[in-house]
Amino acid sequence: MNGQTQAGGILGRLDLQALPFTQAIAHPGASELIASGAAAIVVLGAIATLAAITRFGLWGAFWRGWLTSTDHKRIGIMYIVLALVMLARGVLEGAVMRAQQAFGLGGGFLSSDHFSQLFSTHGTIMIFFVAMPLIAGVINYVMPLQIGARDVSFPVMNQISLGLTATGAALLMASLVVGKFSTGGWTAYPPYTEAAFNPGPGPDYWIWAIVIAGVGSTLSGINFAVTIYKERAPGMTMFRMPLFCWTALCTAILLIFALPPLTVASLMLALDRYLDFHFFTNDLGGNMMNYVNLFWLFGHPEVYLLILPAFGVYSEVIATFSGKTLYGYTSLVVATMAISVLSFSVWLHHFFTMGQGANVNIAFGIATMLIGVPTGVKIYDWMATMFRGRIRMTTPMVFSSGFLILFVIGGLSGIILANPTIDFQVHNSLFLVAHFHNVLIPGVLFGMLAGYNYWFPKAFGFRLNERWGRISALLWIFGFSFTFLPLYFVGLMGMPRRTLSYSEPLFQPYMQVALFGAFLLVAALAALGVQLWLSIRQRDQRRVFAGDPWNGRTLEWATAAPPPEYNFAVLPVVAHRDAFAVAKENGRAYLVPERYEDITMPRNTSLGVVMMLASTALGFALVWYIWWLAALAAIAIPVALIARSFDPDTHRTIPAAEIARENRAWLDAVANTKAITRGDEDTARNTGRAAPEWEGATP
Amino acid sequence: MSDEHSDFRADLRQYLTGFALALALTLIPFALVWWNLAPRAVALWIIAGLAILQGIVHLRYFFHIDLSRQKREDLQLILFSLLILAMMAGGTIWIMANLAQRMG
Repeated sequence: MNGQTQAGGILGRLDLQALPFTQAIAHPGASELIASGAAAIVVLGAIATLAAITRFGLWGAFWRGWLTSTDHKRIGIMYIVLALVMLARGVLEGAVMRAQQAFGLGGGFLSSDHFSQLFSTHGTIMIFFVAMPLIAGVINYVMPLQIGARDVSFPVMNQISLGLTATGAALLMASLVVGKFSTGGWTAYPPYTEAAFNPGPGPDYWIWAIVIAGVGSTLSGINFAVTIYKERAPGMTMFRMPLFCWTALCTAILLIFALPPLTVASLMLALDRYLDFHFFTNDLGGNMMNYVNLFWLFGHPEVYLLILPAFGVYSEVIATFSGKTLYGYTSLVVATMAISVLSFSVWLHHFFTMGQGANVNIAFGIATMLIGVPTGVKIYDWMATMFRGRIRMTTPMVFSSGFLILFVIGGLSGIILANPTIDFQVHNSLFLVAHFHNVLIPGVLFGMLAGYNYWFPKAFGFRLNERWGRISALLWIFGFSFTFLPLYFVGLMGMPRRTLSYSEPLFQPYMQVALFGAFLLVAALAALGVQLWLSIRQRDQRRVFAGDPWNGRTLEWATAAPPPEYNFAVLPVVAHRDAFAVAKENGRAYLVPERYEDITMPRNTSLGVVMMLASTALGFALVWYIWWLAALAAIAIPVALIARSFDPDTHRTIPAAEIARENRAWLDAVANTKAITRGDEDTARNTGRAAPEWEGATP
Repeated sequence: MSDEHSDFRADLRQYLTGFALALALTLIPFALVWWNLAPRAVALWIIAGLAILQGIVHLRYFFHIDLSRQKREDLQLILFSLLILAMMAGGTIWIMANLAQRMG
């Protein structure tokens, strides 16, 4: 144990100096004021949320209905809420960085330390606490409904996964208020993040947020994969699954294989920092290049495990709103699998310049170019799906169209970067920043927002406001284009990434255009909020209880909106792809079941909350060297798990009579709902039942 | 009853065969080392080959993974895992060895 880790006292190395407010009073300046302002927003936001829950007496409902729920739908929604909260912070941080660079000609207003924290938290948040919870949330909500299951295979583990992800997010939020976050970027490369150069709590916050959330993601991956293998409805063969489920399966498998290298690498870094190991140090046999290797062994599959579910969403959205069956289903499945395997063969392209020989570089460069082929197949399949379809330009379709155009640009710049000789010229420049934002925003974020608009009526029983949805979608598309397309040009002109200030006046106009784009992105975020607010106010004119507002094709639309806890009163029997569309065409949708049976569902449990609190305490205590608390929390986690295993009463049975009553009420409502044509989709007449469309809409 | 009985006999035979093979595949490497039966490099290759066989024996006789249709999914998962692990481990060794060589 080295000298620093022995800092003593009951609060470890935590003292008043760790609060940004103390810093702002001691050394007032723009950076300190912004830091303490952001900290104040976090604290006030938390207090306001808790006060509102208390004021409206919602603690009971919140505890029973959400925190202790094992329902995959509730857990999915909580993931998405977490992601949207973190998205707000991430977007605002991005806007502050764009403002700094717009005024960064010879100065700017932020201190270099603060700027480094901003790009480190922005990257960490956007990948681990926006993109990951978004995909986990959407898969959680949609996948079991699409395969005709009642829940995921391990509902309690699902709750624990959510708890561990929330722990990571909580540690990041805590770093804003107590102490400072890492300045080492979202990749946290040693030796910079080693104790010798960075003894403070920043890298420790990064390590524990990543390790704890990473364990949660690995568990999610296991859960999703087992669910898809074991819980499919009768007749739902693999090749009858909706495409989103295929992408969910591939993502789950990537999660299982890709997260462990990250967890291992960050734990090795923790051993270096806490116990004087020398895995990645400069001296005594350490090799920091192996950290880079291990990190990207995770990092590259990671970007594909984020994009694949988005591809799944586009496949569902484009087929539904083109009124056609998905073109080239088998080729899309094969392309998804090809991408999954190839994604493990390209990680070296993140460090072409680290010093390995040209033969190694070119092997990985070629693999990287190959991965463009299945992705291209997918783009053509989606375009062929739209070809001669009756396209409705709803919000999800606006997002999908923006994706198709912008993602191709991002993909092509990736193919350029895959060439090591070009990469040597533009690596570490804003060209790279433009590239990965160009695939992550139009790819992952647009996909998830399209999915949010598409499945929201299923989850909450009312449609979102279309007008504000489209405004928000257009703002995202144009905001993205103005912010990131100029970065390609300055990148080629030689501006490095993560630059606080620069002396080349040529860069500044581009930076100012990018700042304008950042304003549009903040407006897009605000428009999302307005859309949600208006939709909640107008919810009574937007109800779709019958459950099928978009003339959907897959099983999730074959139940009420919102679905009952058990999803389907009687498990559906599947004989085709696009099972619900075929059932509607053959007049076999909404049949009254011959008999109902009891359904056994998992009971609520507080284990997830206990795990979240214990792991948050563990992470926080480790960051601040509060050893007694770390020991307590580390003991509490296995004790809670073992204690739970002694509880024999983990399931409850819903009697057949209750299910029959609920299901008949829904079927009556469906029978009394007037089926609408697609022209009325965005009117109050759309209460969730679709009239048959046209010949050839089903396979 | 007799069906159950013969099932039990078949299972028992399988496990015993597996045990015998596993034991043999363990004893041969020990013998190789103990009595210095082969040069070092050759011995290492033989032991590596036997270790792979050992893995297959465990999968076949103890986990009941075979080429039959109902075991197809499990087999595919195992082969896929092996493929990914081989890519990860092989790639890492290749990269780090190349770096070490160029640094040296």
